[in-house]
Amino acid sequence: MKVSLTVNGTARSDDVEPRLLLVQYLREVVGLTGTNIGCDTSSCGACTIHVDGESVKSCTMLAVQAEGASITTIEGLASNGDMHPMQEAFRTHHGLQCGYCTPGMVMAATSLLAENASPTEAEVREGLEGNLCRCTGYHNIVKAVLAAAES
Amino acid sequence: MAESGSILGNAVVRLEDPALLTGAAKYVDDLASPEAARVVFVRSSNAHGTLVSVDVEAAKAMPGVIAIYHGSDDLGLPPFQSFPMVSESFNRPVFATDRVRFVGDIVAAVVAETNAQAVDAAEAVVIEVDPLPVIVSQADALSAEAPLLFPESGSNVCFGTAFGADEDPLEGADVVAEVAMVSQRLAGVPMEPNGCLMVPGEPDGGITCWISHQAPHSVQPALTAVLGLEPEAVRVVTPWVGGGFGPKANVYVEFLVAAAAAMQLGRPVRWAETRSENMVAMVHGRDYTMKAKLGLTTDGKIVGLDASVVASGGAYPALGAVLPMLTQMMVVGVYDIPKVRFEGTTVVTNTTPVGAYRGAGRPEATQLIERVLDVAADQLGIDPAELRRRNFLDPAAFPLVTATGGAYDSGEYAKSLDAALAAAGYEELRAEQARRRAAGDSVQLGIGVSAYVEVTAPLGLHTEYGAVEVHDDGTASMSVGTSSHGQGHHTAFAMVASEVLGIPMNRIRLINSDTAAVPHGSGTLGSRSLQTAGNAVFAASKEVLVRARQIAAHQLEASPDDIVTSEGGLYVAGVPSRIVSWEELAVASRDASLLPDELEPGPLRHEGDFDGENSTFPFGAHVSVVEVDLETGQVTMKRHIAVDDCGRILNPLLVRGQQHGGIAQGAAQALFEWVQYDKDGNPLTTNLMDYTVPAASELPSFEASNTETDSPRNPLGAKGIGESGTIGSTPAIQNAVIDAVSHLGITHIDMPCTPERVWRALQDAPGRVAS
Repeated sequence: MKVSLTVNGTARSDDVEPRLLLVQYLREVVGLTGTNIGCDTSSCGACTIHVDGESVKSCTMLAVQAEGASITTIEGLASNGDMHPMQEAFRTHHGLQCGYCTPGMVMAATSLLAENASPTEAEVREGLEGNLCRCTGYHNIVKAVLAAAES
Repeated sequence: MAESGSILGNAVVRLEDPALLTGAAKYVDDLASPEAARVVFVRSSNAHGTLVSVDVEAAKAMPGVIAIYHGSDDLGLPPFQSFPMVSESFNRPVFATDRVRFVGDIVAAVVAETNAQAVDAAEAVVIEVDPLPVIVSQADALSAEAPLLFPESGSNVCFGTAFGADEDPLEGADVVAEVAMVSQRLAGVPMEPNGCLMVPGEPDGGITCWISHQAPHSVQPALTAVLGLEPEAVRVVTPWVGGGFGPKANVYVEFLVAAAAAMQLGRPVRWAETRSENMVAMVHGRDYTMKAKLGLTTDGKIVGLDASVVASGGAYPALGAVLPMLTQMMVVGVYDIPKVRFEGTTVVTNTTPVGAYRGAGRPEATQLIERVLDVAADQLGIDPAELRRRNFLDPAAFPLVTATGGAYDSGEYAKSLDAALAAAGYEELRAEQARRRAAGDSVQLGIGVSAYVEVTAPLGLHTEYGAVEVHDDGTASMSVGTSSHGQGHHTAFAMVASEVLGIPMNRIRLINSDTAAVPHGSGTLGSRSLQTAGNAVFAASKEVLVRARQIAAHQLEASPDDIVTSEGGLYVAGVPSRIVSWEELAVASRDASLLPDELEPGPLRHEGDFDGENSTFPFGAHVSVVEVDLETGQVTMKRHIAVDDCGRILNPLLVRGQQHGGIAQGAAQALFEWVQYDKDGNPLTTNLMDYTVPAASELPSFEASNTETDSPRNPLGAKGIGESGTIGSTPAIQNAVIDAVSHLGITHIDMPCTPERVWRALQDAPGRVAS
């Protein structure tokens, strides 16, 4: 089947198998491997991206369901070589270790702040509960998101 | 603390982060290899049974199938011995042949053009199994009627260790406290599952093996043996690795199959483990049943300890099988215990093999001694923190060797306990607890204390390779035998090299995780990296500086003693205008005409092995504050206070990160996670929801801090920090949960302390008044 969509600002059109997941499309067809796969039950959130500005676990959509959509992945978050303030906050506050959950976590966090610009700690924790991290104990991730909201 | 002007001891943000934050970092499944075939494993869905037949004919005819391997076409792979201390009679046939021994045992491997085709064909492989009686628990394995998993071994016991069998350690005790408890089976759950990409051809007709792993140099010999190649023809590289936590230190038979298939087929073969597969195929951790009797005098002085553990090694014993050795060594903890009897037994069961998982043998020891101490405190009517303090090893006695052979380097256990109690506001917490108890609140407060010591760089892992070189472009590189996978080694080691040489951190590269680039190494496990490789880099940097100063002194016609470092190069103290740049020094180092007579031309480089001569022993104290809802059994972590002492701190940012992550994983054992099987050996927790990995919403922010007690065993004064948080937190939290309800007559609740378990304990509690 044909799917036409915009990925990180670039329009493209591809022939794909109907069963191809959006995350597989991004990784294998578009070649954007920054979006990671951490499970097969939509539990971990490692593959979180933005679809028309909202955070979506890209393993929960088929590529063909993204017809006409505007997709942003972690590779599209920085602009002109400058990291997004959320990426900067994660670095400043050591909100990542192995980095595997990080792209999904950053995408979920930016989406969270788009919905609630000044969340409480509890709201950040609730807002990120669909994204699992095994390294940080979430402490510094929460700190980074709160700091990004501050700035 | 940092000396004035020193970078050491400062919070330095990581060099690793930009690549990870922008999606540029390549994990193994990100590596481009369009020509790679995919391998998918066909696994047993029976826990134990006779393998009657494997029919691959229909599968072979499926689209895209390249090859199918199984017991009758096994790629010539011999049975695999996972850990050398376990008898070969427990070796694992790479493909199950006459019987299957756990759900997840490999029966066949399908190689196809695409992953989807391999999955489809794997579904079409027909396996016939005649079920055999199943062993799930340690008790099953040791029962008189138990079937033998390996009849030729004659026993289900695959490892044993014992200490102090001759005398009664409880003789002379006024009081004996007793516990029987479990340290339940856990899954490591690195966010990146297992995987590899095996590329035949290079080097030299051999194979390059890209693997998600913690210790590439440990995988190389296993691959070399089964592939029949010379070591230099097998290159093992680990790219960016998405977490390890111990399970990725294991050598997986899946790697052997993928590599052998790639060699046979003459094309790259890729394996990307799914999470459901990971939960049965990646080694698990813990899974001990434990007993302890602690004898004390009425004034709370410990007389002796009588302890025993039975560990499950799973179906094919791996490193996990021998971990009771470490439990034995650490079972006395931070206490002066004159007499100890210990017995450790490991059995095989029809479950996933057990390996190392964050702590690996030490958490079990700490959980046991810290739990039985709380029981003793309750019996004696002594505050649990006070009872611990009365029995701490004397700080003046270090270094010392404990009754169980732990060669502790340095420790001051009251220091971390006092700091933790002060940070917690312990007295106020006890007052609040008393108030809630008196008022009969439906939500009670629990306060749990643990004091711990652990062993890092254990099991002889205290030596490591390190090299430092300054290049012609003025940059430097560090080569080490450890293998970073999230710890921030590039940052940490660059701080060390930069401190010595003056070269800016962002001009210092890290070379690791590649057997072609690093001659030998033991990888990153057992919280060993800074104290071993960090010190190797420290020593090599100093040697490089000695040579660089000689070269600069020759050129500047000065004494090497007067030469000082700067970012750009070396100069005579007080004359920074005449600088010999690092570029010039590197070039001059190889040019005899530019060298003093006593120097031979050669690279501006030094390499060597650092030997710490023994392990180091980090310690600390944790205080957990929980609320327990008496109506529902719900436990809520309100606060967690951790004071961890990992020796002298190089980068507090990295240390804090390790503490936080460790606490979360320790909390997960205390409250949430448990790999479960039904009585037929079917795994019940094969996804992240059923296994209940905690999310941000289930944990509080942590109150982590440090005391600093240098290790005398290395120049950086460092001890490991990777596992401390996990070791210290679990018993504090379990103790807190029980403490919250102990006034109702509850003396123990096993982990994980789920709402159901706490609620059931409350229903049976002698002191509970029905509301």
